[in-house]
Amino acid sequence: MILHTVNKSPFTTRALAECLRFIVPGDSILLLEDGVYAASKSGPTALIDVDTPVYAIKADVDARGLSRHLVDTVQVVDYDGFVRLCTDHDVIKNWS
Amino acid sequence: MKKLMFVQTHAPHGSLFGQEGLDAILMGTAFAECTVLLLADGIFQLLDGQTPAALGTRDYSVTYGALKDYGVSTIYCSASDLATRGLVPSDLTVDVTPVDDDRIKALFAEHDVIFSA
Repeated sequence: MILHTVNKSPFTTRALAECLRFIVPGDSILLLEDGVYAASKSGPTALIDVDTPVYAIKADVDARGLSRHLVDTVQVVDYDGFVRLCTDHDVIKNWS
Repeated sequence: MKKLMFVQTHAPHGSLFGQEGLDAILMGTAFAECTVLLLADGIFQLLDGQTPAALGTRDYSVTYGALKDYGVSTIYCSASDLATRGLVPSDLTVDVTPVDDDRIKALFAEHDVIFSA
């Protein structure tokens, strides 16, 4: 079980695209910093089709004014949730 | 002993990711079993014929050739990313083992820690 973290905008880099290539059942995706733009309704639709839990850091979502623009399938987590996700997975793989 | 995996995903010289990633690999080999994977633009780290002197940096790709002396027996690279960039293994400065995405997924699962540069 891998927690994939993505911290770059999908409109700027291929970090999210590379990440999606290597997702297997049981993995999760956590969007943080500019990675949260992938969770906006105008973000890549590929993300919505993935049968994988997707999380976004609340502080990063709020800071960018995205809270009203998130796709429904994305779960917003605070920093305690961030820590819980890290400990609930075996390995963390960052994509930047 | 923990198994560490080092993944290079950035091209050299445009940022410090590659150089610092290589430093991390060298440190990792001092105390753990290490695997190296070149993914996406990380493949350009090993492109033969780099002459970056005018940029004020050095061609550190040759250091990868020394990794086998530090216990890194295999340097993996994504076969599809290699092909996407119009390259073949002989275009690179050291021997690499091209692997498909399924093998890369298995490699991720086999390791205790993944360092990304």
